Parts: sequence; C-alpha cells; structure tokens
Amino acid sequence: MVFLSNLVNGISLGSIYAIIALGYTMVYGIAKMLNFAHGDVIMVGAYIVFCAAQYWNLPPAVCILLAMLVCTVLGITIEKLAYKPLRQATSLAVLITAIGMSYLLQNTALLIWGANPKVFPSLFALDTIRLFDGQLSIKPETLITITANIVIMTALTLFISKTKTGKAMRCVSEDRGAAELMGINVNRTISVTFAIGSALAAIAGFLLCSSYPMLMPTTGSMPGIKAFTAAVFGGIGSIPGAMLGGVLLGLIEIFGKAYISTELGDAIVFAVLIIVLLVRPTGLLGKPVREKV
Amino acid sequence: MKTKKSRLITQAVTYGVLILLFVILTIMINNKSISRTLKGQLIPICSWIVMAVSLNLVVGISGELSLGHAGFMGIGAFTGIIVSGWLLNGFQMEDPTLRLLLAILAGGIIAGIAGMLIGIPVLRLRGDYLAIVTLAFGEIIKNVMNCVYVSVDGQTLNWGFLDGNLPGTLLLNGPMGAVKVKTIATFTAGFILVMFSLIVVLNLINSRSGRAIMAARDNRIAAESMGINITKYKMMAFVTASVLAGMAGALYGLSMATLLPTKFSFNESINVLVFVVLGGIGNIPGSIVSAAALTILPEKLRFLQNYRMLAYAILLILVMLLSNNPMVKMLVRKIFHRRGDDESREEMRA
Amino acid sequence: MSETKQRQQTPMVPYPSKSFVPERDLGNIPVLECNHLGIEFGGLKAVDDFSVIMGRTEIGGLIGPNGAGKTTIFNLLTKVYQPTHGTMMLEGKDMGGMTTVDVSKAGIARTFQNIRLFNNMTVEENVRIGLHNQIRYGMFNGILRLPKYWKAEKEQHEKTLELLSIFDMAGMADERAGSLPYGAQRRLEIVRALATSPKLLLLDEPAAGMNPHETEELMENIIKIRDQFQIAILLIEHDMNLVMGICEDICVLNFGKIIAKGTPAEIQANPAVIEAYLGKRKEAEA
Repeated sequence: MVFLSNLVNGISLGSIYAIIALGYTMVYGIAKMLNFAHGDVIMVGAYIVFCAAQYWNLPPAVCILLAMLVCTVLGITIEKLAYKPLRQATSLAVLITAIGMSYLLQNTALLIWGANPKVFPSLFALDTIRLFDGQLSIKPETLITITANIVIMTALTLFISKTKTGKAMRCVSEDRGAAELMGINVNRTISVTFAIGSALAAIAGFLLCSSYPMLMPTTGSMPGIKAFTAAVFGGIGSIPGAMLGGVLLGLIEIFGKAYISTELGDAIVFAVLIIVLLVRPTGLLGKPVREKV
Repeated sequence: MKTKKSRLITQAVTYGVLILLFVILTIMINNKSISRTLKGQLIPICSWIVMAVSLNLVVGISGELSLGHAGFMGIGAFTGIIVSGWLLNGFQMEDPTLRLLLAILAGGIIAGIAGMLIGIPVLRLRGDYLAIVTLAFGEIIKNVMNCVYVSVDGQTLNWGFLDGNLPGTLLLNGPMGAVKVKTIATFTAGFILVMFSLIVVLNLINSRSGRAIMAARDNRIAAESMGINITKYKMMAFVTASVLAGMAGALYGLSMATLLPTKFSFNESINVLVFVVLGGIGNIPGSIVSAAALTILPEKLRFLQNYRMLAYAILLILVMLLSNNPMVKMLVRKIFHRRGDDESREEMRA
Repeated sequence: MSETKQRQQTPMVPYPSKSFVPERDLGNIPVLECNHLGIEFGGLKAVDDFSVIMGRTEIGGLIGPNGAGKTTIFNLLTKVYQPTHGTMMLEGKDMGGMTTVDVSKAGIARTFQNIRLFNNMTVEENVRIGLHNQIRYGMFNGILRLPKYWKAEKEQHEKTLELLSIFDMAGMADERAGSLPYGAQRRLEIVRALATSPKLLLLDEPAAGMNPHETEELMENIIKIRDQFQIAILLIEHDMNLVMGICEDICVLNFGKIIAKGTPAEIQANPAVIEAYLGKRKEAEA
C-alpha cells in the first residue's frame, strides 16, 4: 500500500514537473535558450492565486485565470525586454541574463510579499478519496494534478499539430531563417510560445502549492531546475518527452526519498540528470543535431 | 586586442596596486586605525577575489558557464577544517601557520581531484547542458556534505555518512557543519593566496596553454583542426579553477568559527558569477575589483539590504544587455580607438 | 584563359594503381591515397566512391558545381565527419581511427570556406595557434615561467614573423584578426594552416572574393609555398583561371561522385565535365 501511495504521489509530482517542463522545452525548441526564470514565473503565478483567493476572495476559477493572465503578460514582457535583444548574442550571455531575470523575480516577490512562508489555501471542497478499505488515501489535489496534466498534454499536442500557430512554432524551432522567408512572423511566434509556457507555469504554480502548501519567493526555483532536468531527460524540444521526463522524474524523486534517503532526494534527482546527459545527451525522445562545418 | 606592452603594464599595475593595498591595510591593522567591520571582511574578500578570478578562468577564458563553483569552495573549506583539526588533535601540531598552509594545500588538492572527476563527464557537453550539469553537481556536493560526519580520535580520522555516532572529537557534524573551528586564517595568508592565484591565472593565460584554451573558446572547429585537444584544455581551465576555489574555501573555512554546508549553495555560485560578469567576463583585474567592492558595499549599504539582491539582478541584466548591444560595442570601439580597424585598412590599400 | 601566363604542364606519370602523380614524386609514397571513400547521411550518399592519389609535392584541384560534395571531402579528410565507406591513407598510414586533432598532428592542415579565424585574437596569436603542436611546452612551464617558456615563446614569435612574411603580412602582427580586410583574412588563414607544418594543405576556395590581380598573386604564392615547403596542396575552387593555371591534376565532382580526373587540358576537353559544369563557355571561345 505504501508502494501504491508513493506511486500516486510520484505521478502527481511528476505531472507538475511535466507541466513546467513543457514551458522549458517549448522555449528551448524555439528560441534555443534555457529560460532560467521559468521556475520563478511559477512562483509568481502561485502568489497571484494566493492573493486572489486569500485577500480578494475571488472564486477559484477566477483566481487561476487571473494568475494565468498575469503570468502570460509577465512571460511576454520578459522575452521582449531581456531575451529578444540578445537573439544574436552567445548562449552564455543569454543564460546569464536569464539567471539575472530569475533573481529579479525572486527578489521582487520578496519585497512585495516578504520572506515568511504563506500557507496556500485549499481551493477544493472535495474530500479525500479512500481506496482499499481506507489503506490508500488520495487527496483531491493529487487527482486534479494528474488530470490537468493529461488534459494539457492532449490540448497542446493538438494545438501544435493542427493549428496554424502550432505549425509556425514547429517551423521556427526547426529553421528560423527559413520560417521567416516563408512569411512566418517569427517575433509573434516566439511571443506566443512564451505566453503559452507562462500560462502553463501559472497552472503549475497553483497545482504545486495545492499539493505542497508552503509558498515562498524561492518556491519556484528548485522545481524549475528539476523540471528542466525532466525536459532534458525526455528530450529537449519534444513535448511528449517533457511529459515522459516529468512523470519519470517525479517517480524517481518520490521513490528515491522513500527507499534510499530523504536527505539525498535532490541529489538523486540531479544524479539522474547527469547520467542521462552523459549516456544519451538528446534525452529519451530527442533527436540528434548535426553541426554544419 | 591588447599589445604585448599594454598587457605587461596592466599586470604590473595590478600586482603593484595589490601589494600597495596590502601594505597600507597591514599598517592600518597594526595602528588599529581600521574599522572592525572592514577588518573582519579582509579574509573573506581575499577568498572571494580568488573565487572570482578562478571562475573567470572558466567562464571568461574557457568560455564555459559553471554554476557549481561554490561546491569546490565548500569541498576546500571542509577539507581544510578537517586537516587542520586532524593535525592539531592527532599530531599535536600547534603551529597555526604550518597547519594553515597544509590545510590550504589539502583543500586545493581535494577540490582539484573533485574538479577532475566532475570535469571528465561535464566537459564533454556543450553550452546550456554543461551549465546545468555543473549546477547539478554543485547541489549534489552540498547535499552530500550535509550528510557527512568526521571525527578525529587519536591519530585516526573517522568518517560517517548519515550516521553521527563517531568516537573522538567531532570535526564535521553533518547538517550542522563544522563547529568550534580554530580560526587560524590570517590576512597575510589571504594576500599571498590572492597573489598566487593571480600569478597562476595570468601566467596561464599568457602562455601556449592559455592561447589554446581561448582558441577552443572562440572557434572550436578551427582549434581542433589546428590540433588542439578541446577537452584537454577545457579540463585544464576547469581543474585549475577548482584547485584555486578549494584553496579559497580552505582559507574561508578556517576564518569562521562555525560553518554550515548549506553556505556553499547555488546562491553563492551565482554571487561569484555576478562578480565575474560585473567585473568583465575575461577581465581578470576586473574580477578583483568587483569581488572586493561587492563584498564591502553590502555592509556599507546595510540599510539597502533588502534591495541589494534586486539591484544585483537588475545590474546583471543591464550589463548583459549593454555589452551585447551592437551600437554600444561600436561606441566603445570608437572611444578606445582600437588601432586595428582604420589604420590597417590604409596600409593594405597602399 | 589565354590572358593568364601559360605555365609549364607538369609531366604526370601513372602511379601503380589507376591514378597519376607528378613525375618528380614517383620515388615517394603518395601523400594521400583514398580508396572508395564515402559518407552516407541516412540514405543520402553525400560522397560516393572517392578514390584519388596525390603525389608528395602535387598541386591538385577539386572542382564541381555547388553542393557536389567538395567541402564534405575536406571534412572527411580532416575527420570532421567519419566516413561510412572506404579508406584513406596519409603517407601510407591508415587514417582509420584518427580524430580531427590526430589528423592535424599527422600533417593535414586546412582552411575553411567561411573563414574561421580567431577574430578576437591578433594576427600573431592566430599563427601561434598554428604553431601549437610544433613549438611546445607544458602548462607548468608556462605558469612558472621556466626557461623553456622564454625560449619557446621567442621561437614562436620568430617563426610567426617568418611565416607572415610569405604574404608580406609581418607588419600586421599586432592587428586584431577580425578587423583585417577580407583578402588579408584569407591569407592569414593560409599562413596559420602552414604553421602546423603540414604534409598536405587543403585550401577551401582560397580565391573567393578576390579580384584578378589578387588571384594572380595568390597563384604565385601557392606555387611559392609548394616549392619552398615541398608539400602537396589540394584546392577547392570555382575560379577556373586559378584551377587551370596551377593545378597539375584535377578531380571533378558532381552529386558526390567523381565524373572526371586528369590534367587541366584533359578536363577542359572532357564532354561530361563540360556538360555538368563548364557549360557553354567552350562554344563561345570557338
């Protein structure tokens, strides 16, 4: 029963990582950059939901939509201000800027909301589900997280393959120059990618804090890094890869903490990243890239 | 590009100013005309300068972003503390200078070995992936150090992992880190370490190996076709930097009575990165200035404490945006009138 | 063609195996021997059945329409790509397990179609990189500034100026490589390649962007280099004046395969080549 409980928690945590990983993988595929600030957008989303629910007493759906709106605007603004001017710069420069942006978000949040952890309110009036004569209890948050993941995955896959914008995104990520020559508005496509990623980040923030109710300015940082690990694990640039990587990583983390050591939980997750990148740098579902001389 | 003469002048000035500062500060310490806060910061400043200079070797000269540099500092710090405690308790080595020297050497060597072990897998990767893996290793190191217990019992060193039941005097107490450390670090030692790391780094850069490292950074394929083994030279920079970071860590660790493993985390790695970026990526003297300034300034501006990290973040972004703006780059070139651009064109036409 | 100096046609003799080498090189092992060399990118044969022999001091040409696979062959020779078929030998030694670094040490140097200089380094530093494996000292010698460092640095400096003077570039030693005019950059790349003391020099479109006067100078310099250093040179070029003027043996490529091999005169008369590449020029001159 403990095993099943861990399994469910692992899939749930993994779902959160998967949703966050989607943002990383889409942005990396299109803009070829590691958006370090992505994890902190999650944190902002969570804070917005918190404020909306706690201080303004808005209904749950509105809280989430508001967070999604704020994060979308935030994501697009960050891209326009900090990343777009550096499109021709070295990846080192972009990475450093992204790190700076991450710190900017964290410290602004610190100033606005303070360092004291906030307790995230439970937005669901549902009861814990009990299975197997009460031996396995599943919290509603867990189920909702897993469901949300599946819905988002399906929606996103359909979007990418069926819609015009989705196709544009695939073109730009494959060959930006050619896409531009074909009349695709590259700037708009990149903005849309950031927008979607940030909106998903808001949802992830909400789900993360529903399951793990402590909210601080640094809350988004570690899940962000782990989600990037998941994105790489699954194959950067691949949407199903993000899902697979995320869920697998969540399972590895939960089982690692349960069966090996709680203190070394994070270390185990990072060790997985290192091993994956060494053995199969393109990840589980990624494609190798050839350099032209 | 700098001519040989201007490079030599810069080096001479750097060494000269540092020696001068050391002399002045030592006089001030002896005259007791130095503020207590500044006095307490002198050794940390030396450590951070060495950290910044060594990270600049990796980021600026070798062109790879390392986000786990604080991990090497941590390894050096705890190695230094262990060695110092062991020598004192096990071998009754009372002489603090000798203990400090051995501790710093040990810190450097162990950190260097770690750098080599980490470098082998890491330096095969490129760009973003390399950065993330260094971050991962940094976190693993911190996590692991949190679980390590070390005690000295007579002449034997006892180790425990996740288990603190050890005989003898505890030197390292898992998550509580090091306690009751004999603070044997001195400003003189710090100054010598700074000079040592400068000599190592500057001499390395201005040598055949340094040129190879920079060639590997600037144009990997061209460098390879000139017969330069890219991994070897990236390793050279990485391991040298980790040795220096370990030494800086040992100095730092032996200046603190207590030291937590969590002190050497991603945040510290980013701090050092900020020193490097603001001092100029690839600019070694710049790292010295920024490391010193950014260690002193927060104390002076205590009232702005809450805004400090925010200001760092904004500064970091602004510096990156400005230094990569083509118009700014052209302006800088015009102001400093690089000899290359206009005059060589005239020569070619004539 | 009639305006350029008519150079002496090098007497080419058959080498044991269907290729030809310059008569003077007959006593030596050929510097390069490729047998059925090829590379396949997932079904597409970028280079197929490439077999050549080059004499020790031969100037060879590799021509063909764009996309024919010429630069790919250079990449194969320098192991930037690993061949999927065939073998290659440098002075009789099999290059099977070599990496790009090994190839450079063994004696093949190259220039690039899109110039790959170290733009932020000076001209001298660029050439010194070429001397990396020729005049050496270790990391500790450098850090501790031992006597070997001073001796080797001086040697590198002198050798650099010597090499640069081939192209009259010694005066530019301290200029930033990225700020040189285009022609000078191309020449610097050649000097840098020469610094590695190669046995075989691969030049990828050395005359690109040059006017006829500069091209003439380049032709003379290439021959001067061959005579002074006694090395083999293989060029990829589109400038027919240059190719027909200095190459002793020419290989014509189309769609990754050799369609003709021979002396300039033979190539110009070859109908397959004319059809694939030279086009209608022959008719206009007649």
